[in-house]
Amino acid sequence: MTQAVNHVALLPLYAAAGTALLVLVADLAFARFQVLAGILGSIGTAVCALAVPGRPSTFCSGDLCSWITTPRAALTTVIFAALTAGVLALSTPALRMGLAPRGEFSFLLTCSMTGGVVVAYAGDLITLIVGLETLTLPLYVLVGLRRVRGSRAGTSAAVTFFLVSVVSTAVALLGAALLYAATGALHLSALTVGSGEFRSLAAVGAAMVVVGFAFKVAAVPLHAWAPATYDGAPVPVAAYLSTASKLGGVLALAAVVQRLDTGPLVAVLAVLTMTVGNLVALRQTRMVRLLAWSSVAQAGYIIAPLAAGAVGIDAALAYAVFFVALEFLAFSVITAFRAPGTDGGDLDDYRGAGRRNRWLAAAFVLAVAGLAGLPPGLAGLFAKVAIVQSLISANWGWLAGVVAINAVIALAYYVRAAALLYTAPDPVGVHLTGPVQAGPVAVADPDLLRAATHPRIAVARPVAAAIAVAAVVTVVLGFAPQAIFDFLNG
Amino acid sequence: MMDPPGVPAALQVLLIAALVLPAAGAVVVALLPTRLDRGARVVATVFAAVTFVATLLLALPSSRDVGWTDYSASGAVPVVPWAEVQAPWVPSLGIEFHLGVDGVSYPLVVLTGLLTLLCCAYTVWKVPAGGSGRTLAALLLVLEVGILGTFLALDLVLFFVFFEVVLLPMYAVIAGWGGADRRRAARKFVLYTLFGSVLLLLGVFTVVVAAGTGDLLALAGGYGLSRTTQQVAFALFAVAFAVKAPLWPLHTWLPDAHTEAPTVGSVILAGVLLKMGTYGLIRVGVGVAPEGAAWAAPVLGVLAAAAIIAGSLVCLRQTELKRLIAYSSVGHMGFVLLGIATLTVTGVQAALIGNVAHGVITGLLFFLAGAIKDRAHTGDLGALGGLRETAPRLAGLLGFAAIASLGLPGLAGFWGEAFAVVAAVERGGALWITLAVVAAIGGALTAAYFMRLLRRVTHGPATEAVTGFPAISRPEWIAWAPLVLLALAVGLVPALVLAATADPVAALTGALR
Repeated sequence: MTQAVNHVALLPLYAAAGTALLVLVADLAFARFQVLAGILGSIGTAVCALAVPGRPSTFCSGDLCSWITTPRAALTTVIFAALTAGVLALSTPALRMGLAPRGEFSFLLTCSMTGGVVVAYAGDLITLIVGLETLTLPLYVLVGLRRVRGSRAGTSAAVTFFLVSVVSTAVALLGAALLYAATGALHLSALTVGSGEFRSLAAVGAAMVVVGFAFKVAAVPLHAWAPATYDGAPVPVAAYLSTASKLGGVLALAAVVQRLDTGPLVAVLAVLTMTVGNLVALRQTRMVRLLAWSSVAQAGYIIAPLAAGAVGIDAALAYAVFFVALEFLAFSVITAFRAPGTDGGDLDDYRGAGRRNRWLAAAFVLAVAGLAGLPPGLAGLFAKVAIVQSLISANWGWLAGVVAINAVIALAYYVRAAALLYTAPDPVGVHLTGPVQAGPVAVADPDLLRAATHPRIAVARPVAAAIAVAAVVTVVLGFAPQAIFDFLNG
Repeated sequence: MMDPPGVPAALQVLLIAALVLPAAGAVVVALLPTRLDRGARVVATVFAAVTFVATLLLALPSSRDVGWTDYSASGAVPVVPWAEVQAPWVPSLGIEFHLGVDGVSYPLVVLTGLLTLLCCAYTVWKVPAGGSGRTLAALLLVLEVGILGTFLALDLVLFFVFFEVVLLPMYAVIAGWGGADRRRAARKFVLYTLFGSVLLLLGVFTVVVAAGTGDLLALAGGYGLSRTTQQVAFALFAVAFAVKAPLWPLHTWLPDAHTEAPTVGSVILAGVLLKMGTYGLIRVGVGVAPEGAAWAAPVLGVLAAAAIIAGSLVCLRQTELKRLIAYSSVGHMGFVLLGIATLTVTGVQAALIGNVAHGVITGLLFFLAGAIKDRAHTGDLGALGGLRETAPRLAGLLGFAAIASLGLPGLAGFWGEAFAVVAAVERGGALWITLAVVAAIGGALTAAYFMRLLRRVTHGPATEAVTGFPAISRPEWIAWAPLVLLALAVGLVPALVLAATADPVAALTGALR
């Protein structure tokens, strides 16, 4: 049997895969322009996703298709492409210094983007899982891909990530197999809760699929890999992990919960995830770990409306979109604050940083306020509002209450992180212990010395551009959130 | 943009301008280069002044007949703002950009414009230690956007959005320019008030989901919401606004925040930020869930009376100037909430005028306390004393403000407190009579602690701390004089505040009878 393939529908996939090839060719032929090729290709992918006319589907058998074009798929493709381009831009200083091989880095990242595109358009469980694996596989390597002597953090982070992820994929695949065995359905639009004696088998399968995907979004109790992996990875890669990779997981979860009866399981996961994430984040002393735990908690908010099934999907995806923009902005500012190739550092390293770099600090405040769901991060406020509205209208009021209480807990550490940028730094000098000398002895003009040891950071141009674009997008989304809702509803 | 019938275009422009001007001002001020710090503060003051003019002009005659009464089936008078502007914003979340002003909100809107202007002008003259004056001025303007938006919003979700806007700027003002223990106080403030506003969020969507609309005009009077929905919604609203107002026992963030906040922060906080709580309780709590309000009124009344007594008793033992004034706010807000809890027209009107009077007088008190603390470098009542000897004018102003605050007839503080008690008596029944008596005793205690304050600070031999006070400077006079005049004017002519409130208040409380 031959299947007619609609190549127009596949245009975004071709563009994404073509980008990866382009990077490879650029690396082999010129040994330069790899990052540029990656960025241009990502932009091309986004344009292709928006340019596909109508809603073509392909790989169909009967009414059921494995590749479905929707406005939602186009939007998420644009986001995957934008994140890829952004992370490439953020990595430029480190790549220029030769801290990681440029060609491989760009190639792997664009491969990952290709996986994201597949997840966005997937119409059946197997395509979805394959897309999710394509999204994640290159990241194992990217996490460890660093030429830094004496640093084992990257390698061990990569191994942790790899093991956990492989297990989760196996669980999801087993779940899909059980579902297929019980109901004979693999296409997302045909998934059912099953009937008769196979009902319980289907329920087990559904639970396993959800659990498998919950690993990807780092939902508690399947989250343990995330903080270690984020902290061990280069900061731009951590940015990608906590945005694109998480978005992939959310898309996958959203795809399966709409027709399967997984409400109680998802609700338990959501409550645990947001509460544990927030409580642990309160005690963090390292910047990236704090953001990692906060992103665990954010995953809880995202999956909370999924407990309500199909009616919560729009809210969950809207939250995910706003979250991705804010999270990327936060991580890109961290990248700018840190020297290329270093990790996120301790919270104390950021003390007073806002007094030297006003605009970076302002962008960070915007991002963190948004993550906390407060103005000036209006995008985050609308995200929170969308979640609460969707939960209350679906009669899940108690879950909305849990979200609300968690938002208060979360503010405590977000405020701490943001305020730190504006705290007066400890005076530079030598601390003498003794009955007379309480404070530090200033060995010279403390301000001058401080300025000498903590110079104003020069932000590389690509990084600055990424931050500026992310900040503008965040502000625009804050004032015109309806655009996102239109895309998701359309 | 939809065109509400009968509202002149000029008024619609003014409504938008009242929000856009301070927002634009904040952006401009933030963009000015660092070396133009003083210039930036002047620019901020100009923006605040223009905004103040815009808020004043909102009283321009509207061709809409405010007295227009359409006796609908329920016999309730609809709330008709004399100016409104409406445009869709985020239909998916049910958010309309719907602003309007009526007799209930207008005095608070003007007060916000005035206090922000005074604070910006004060900042030109004096920047508290901690950060750049330019940033402080920009934050004051952002605060103004949030506060004005809350008072002007006629959409429930929009109201919530503006309610949230003030949170982080106020945190920054306290944490950036405050006293020694500022970070802890600021954190306490922001966590407490966020707790309040997430409850507000839950309440808002309980109502919006049940009613299918967030239009406060349509919702006024209950909108046929079920009794259970109203009770749940009002419970959420009441706690949310009680944190903000604050109502005893949810007030513990207030003294710390006030003690540590810089003078301008305290003035804005006490002057208008707390009013968002009481205004919200009237507009949203009572307006949207009247049955819920009737159900919870006795509890609110008891808590309000407890707040009056608790605030006064704590004040009697306070030894720190700003802390004492902060606790006095708890007592005053108790009177306001008692007025609201009676759910009568008299009570709510007493609450409205009490709101404005407290804003004016406590704003003035915090300005004066700040001036004294800046000069004496201490706020300890034990160390202060004999101010009359060394700075007679400052002592005189403090005396005036204290007497206005304790509710001397003829000054602004009188009307709110007296009529809150009157309303409770009018409401009748053993409970409300008792509450009225308790509140009256609290009023007497208020007089006692203000007298104690004056005796400690102004009378007696001059202590070391108060010697060598510089005279009141011209910028200080400029900042204080309008408040002194207003305290007199509102006291003599309460109609300044209450003139246009009768109809909207009747509409808001009308659904109960």
